[in-house]
Amino acid sequence: MSTGGKGVADLGVPERRDGPDAPGEGGCAAAEPAGCGPAMTRRELMRHAAVVAAGSWLASCDEATREAFFQKHFRELTPEDRRRVIARLETDAKKRTGVDVKIADTSARPGVEFGYALDLSRCIGCRRCVEACVRENNQSRDPQVRWITVLEMDKERGVDLSHADAYYDRETVPAEGHFYMPVACQQCRRPQCVNVCPVGATWKEPDGIVVVDYNWCIGCRYCMAACPYGARRFNWREPHLPAEEVNPQTHYLGNRPRPKGVVEKCTWCIQRVRKGLYPACVEICPVGARKFGDLRDPNSEVRYVIENKRVFVLKEELNTQPKFYYFYGV
Amino acid sequence: MKRTWLAAALPAALAVVGSASATGHSTPAPSAPRAPAAHEADPSPEFAVPPPPFTDGIFPCSECHESMPVNMERRELTDEHTNVVLHHGPRERWCFDCHNPTDRDHLRLASGTLVPFTESWRLCGQCHGDKLRDWKVGVHGKRTGEWSGQKRYLLCAHCHDPHSPHFKPLAPRPAPKRPLEAAGR
Repeated sequence: MSTGGKGVADLGVPERRDGPDAPGEGGCAAAEPAGCGPAMTRRELMRHAAVVAAGSWLASCDEATREAFFQKHFRELTPEDRRRVIARLETDAKKRTGVDVKIADTSARPGVEFGYALDLSRCIGCRRCVEACVRENNQSRDPQVRWITVLEMDKERGVDLSHADAYYDRETVPAEGHFYMPVACQQCRRPQCVNVCPVGATWKEPDGIVVVDYNWCIGCRYCMAACPYGARRFNWREPHLPAEEVNPQTHYLGNRPRPKGVVEKCTWCIQRVRKGLYPACVEICPVGARKFGDLRDPNSEVRYVIENKRVFVLKEELNTQPKFYYFYGV
Repeated sequence: MKRTWLAAALPAALAVVGSASATGHSTPAPSAPRAPAAHEADPSPEFAVPPPPFTDGIFPCSECHESMPVNMERRELTDEHTNVVLHHGPRERWCFDCHNPTDRDHLRLASGTLVPFTESWRLCGQCHGDKLRDWKVGVHGKRTGEWSGQKRYLLCAHCHDPHSPHFKPLAPRPAPKRPLEAAGR
């Protein structure tokens, strides 16, 4: 309304809303509708009416709905707000899973950038990582959701995704003449999934983990179309897992129970790694093929791998710059 | 001299076995975040490892061997240890390349140095130096615990049977359902 040169606010003079420089009102402002106060335009009337209607609706609905409504408005949460949001989500999670779920909101450690390395010469394709991941991260058992896909490929053809088989079913592994390549989120430095999200529900955290806010996700699945690694999963139906299998130690950006209609993905077990622990897949791997650590720590396993082994990233030509490195230990 | 050495070593070894039998000990639960009291006898272990994967009741070896004469002859074992089949360079190697003929509760390096079973990586590393180097930094084999703090290692013998070290094939966990099936249709 006022231009920078006028400095009305600086002088402490209240602005006149019906002044001659009121934009877009033109001469209409002069024609006062009967029954309204002298300063009320039609636009203002509608605005006031809308505010009153919204206010009365908000006053009539319960606390949880009110909280959910206000979460959609941009404002920085105070620590008290955060506690209230978490408490609401924990109550909701209890209602849906029947378990007292703890939801942490631990922030990234300053100066840490996570990296992951997987030894293709060791992996035997036993899928124990898949299983540990499902348990740790409360993935839906029915319908089945799995963040890790283990691909079986011919040694003769090398890494060639066009002939990879994710559905191999064998008595024992490794099968003669084959090697195995587990694929999950590559935690790109230039994540295309983040670029395409229309609502900013997915982003890269300061420690490099790409996360999803399940309360912001609108389920459009653009991110799934954009991800060149097929790493994201969609909850087509209400996720279901038995109460006794729920992992109650969760993180807001990670393994807390998800609703139907949102996208989820590997977070390198954000609820574990922000506490200093290794991800569940690293802990379970019976051949020790999985390595995890801080890329900025020169003594970490991942740094040793990058400096001393033959390393590659998947689909390097796409310039997604993954922080997930495949290597050959021998 | 040797007796006093043994007297010091035996309680330590027994303590290790005691904690091993208490935890059922064959292989450690991979997801357990903390090592059981593997090194309580050793206040400053170089690498924190769980107890060695002994067959039940087999350690300390001296329990049987102390009263037996040492037979240095290379032969096939028919009475005891018949389950041990050497697939680890069987023509070049035999028991006493690694086991110590006089003090059976320790392993022996090529230099003659005795090492406890809880530090067997020093023995394996004599030949497999490149693996030992990678193992120490946590790249060969598995480390669990904290990426930025206390880490727990596994001994070579936890994954590789020392007498037949090739990693044995495993049964894989079930394949994923195909998309329509996974969606419950």
